[in-house]
Amino acid sequence: MIRFNNVHKWFKDLHVLKGVNLEVTQGEVVVVCGPSGSGKSTLIRTVNQLETINEGEIWVDGVNVTDPKTNLNALRAEVGFVFQHFNLYPHLSVLENITLSPIKVKGMDKVAAEKQAINLLEKVGLAHKKDAFPSQLSGGQQQRVAIARGLAMEPRVMLFDEPTSALDPEMIGEVLKVMKDLAESGMTMMVVTHEMGFAREVADRVVFVDHGEIIEQAHPESFFTNPQHDRAKQFLRQLLTPMN
Amino acid sequence: MNYNWDWNVFFKSTGIGSEIYLDWFISGLGWTIAVALVAWIVALIIGSILGVMRTLPNKAAASFAAGYVELFRNVPLLVQLFVWYFLVPDYLPEQTQIWFKQELAPTTSAYISVVVCLALFTAARVCEQVRTGIQALPKGQSAAALAVGFNQAQMYRHVLLPQAFRIIIPPLTSEFLNIFKNSSVASLIGLMELLAQTKQTAEFTANMFEAFTLATIIYFVLNMSLMGLMSWVERKVRVPGMMGGAK
Ligand SMILES: Nc1ncnc2c1ncn2[C@@H]1O[C@H](COP(=O)(O)OP(=O)(O)OP(=O)(O)O)[C@@H](O)[C@H]1O
Ligand SMILES: [Mg+2]
Repeated sequence: MIRFNNVHKWFKDLHVLKGVNLEVTQGEVVVVCGPSGSGKSTLIRTVNQLETINEGEIWVDGVNVTDPKTNLNALRAEVGFVFQHFNLYPHLSVLENITLSPIKVKGMDKVAAEKQAINLLEKVGLAHKKDAFPSQLSGGQQQRVAIARGLAMEPRVMLFDEPTSALDPEMIGEVLKVMKDLAESGMTMMVVTHEMGFAREVADRVVFVDHGEIIEQAHPESFFTNPQHDRAKQFLRQLLTPMN
Repeated sequence: MNYNWDWNVFFKSTGIGSEIYLDWFISGLGWTIAVALVAWIVALIIGSILGVMRTLPNKAAASFAAGYVELFRNVPLLVQLFVWYFLVPDYLPEQTQIWFKQELAPTTSAYISVVVCLALFTAARVCEQVRTGIQALPKGQSAAALAVGFNQAQMYRHVLLPQAFRIIIPPLTSEFLNIFKNSSVASLIGLMELLAQTKQTAEFTANMFEAFTLATIIYFVLNMSLMGLMSWVERKVRVPGMMGGAK
C-alpha cells in the first residue's frame, strides 16, 4: 500500500531522511517511533507529499507520488492525515469541518455529505457536537473530529503524526480508542506515536527511526521486550523512566 | 470678530431654478459616496488578489505584488491623481483618447480618473492587510487544507481567506474610512463632491463657517455610519474562539 524506496531528504544542509526503505501493506498498522528530531514527522509527511523528497521513490496504492506528473490533489484526497495540533478549521462548525472537502473536492451533494458526517460523528462519539465550533471543544474532542474529517474522504490509508501528544493525559484514551476501532475495521494506518500501550495492542509492526534512518523494525512485542539496537534500547529506557 | 452666523443660509435659493444650497451638499455627498464606494469595491478585489499573490510560492507573482505596493504606497495620492487625470489620457489609443477627452462629460471623465486613482492607491494598502492576515494563520491550516486534497485556489477560497478576512476587519475598516476622506481630492480636478460643494457654497454666500461646519458634521456622521456598518459586518461573521468571539 505504501512503499518507500531509498528515500532521501535534505533541509538545506541537514540530511533528515537517509535512504529510508519501508513497506506498509494493505490493512497493516505500523507505528513509527524514535527520538525528537529524528525525522518521523518529515517521513510521514512525505507520504502525501506535504514534504517533497530529493531522492528515491514513494509509492502509494500503486501510484508513484514522487513523479512530478502525479496529480497530488487526487492522491491526497485518498490519504487521510491527522495532525498533532488537530488543525481544524476554526471558522467552520464541526459538521462543516467534516463536509467541506467531500463537497468541494469530491463534488458530493450537501445532504449526503451531512448524513455521512453525522454517521462519522456517531462513530467518534460526538454527534451531539455537530454545531459547535472547534474552540468550544476539548483537545480530545477536536482530535476525534479531525479523525472524522479525514475519514469523510473515504481514504485508502490514514496517517497520524503524534495524534495524542498535544493532549492532556485524561483525553488520550478517547482518541486512541477511536484509532483502535479504525484499525480493527481494517484501515491501513501509519502512526507516529510514543503511546506504547497502543503500539503493543494495535500495531502489527513497530518501526524505530533515529537520525533519519530506520534502525529497527519488529513486531511490537519483540521490539519492546527485546530491542536489538543500543539506540532503541536507550530510547525505550528514556520513554519508560517517569522523569523523561 | 464680528461674524453673523446665519444657519438659514442652507435653505436660501442658489438662484438656479428652485435649488437651495442644501441641495448642493446633498449632491456633493452623493458624489463622495459614489466615488468612495465604487473605488472601495475595486480596491478590495484588486487588493485581495495582490495580497494572495504576495503569499504564493511563485516568486514572480509575489515580487510583482510587492513592487505594486511599493510604487503605489510611496507616491503621494495627489501626484497619482494628476497622473491619472492629466497624463495617462494622453497615452491612450487615439479613439479612446477622443472619447475620454471630448465625448465624455467633464464630470464623468473626472469621476473615472478619481475612482481609478483611489482604487489602485487603496488596493496597495488592502494588499498589505490581506497578506498580513494570511501570514498570521498557523502553518497547520494550509497543511490541513492540502492534506484533504484541496488545490491552491480552493485552499485560499475555503480555508485561508475566510479566516484572514475575519482577522483584518479592524484595519480594513480604517482603510474604508480613509477612502471616503481621500475622495475629497476629487475636488481638485473639478468633480463636485462634498468638499467642492462646500467651498462653492462658501464662496457664493460668504457664509464660510456655516458651510464648513455643515461639511464637518456630514463627514462625521458619514464616518460613524460606516463604522457602524463595519462593526455590524464583524458581528455578522464572528465565530466563537476567533478574534474576540465569545467562547
Ligand atoms: N521545514 C523545516 N526546515 C528546516 N528544518 C526542518 C524543517 N522541518 C524539520 N526540520 C528539521 O528536520 C529534523 C527532523 O524533523 P522532524 O520534525 O521530522 O522530527 P520528528 O522526529 O518529527 O521530531 P519530534 O518528535 O520533535 O516531532 C529536525 O532536525 C528538524 O529541526
Ligand atoms: Mg514530529
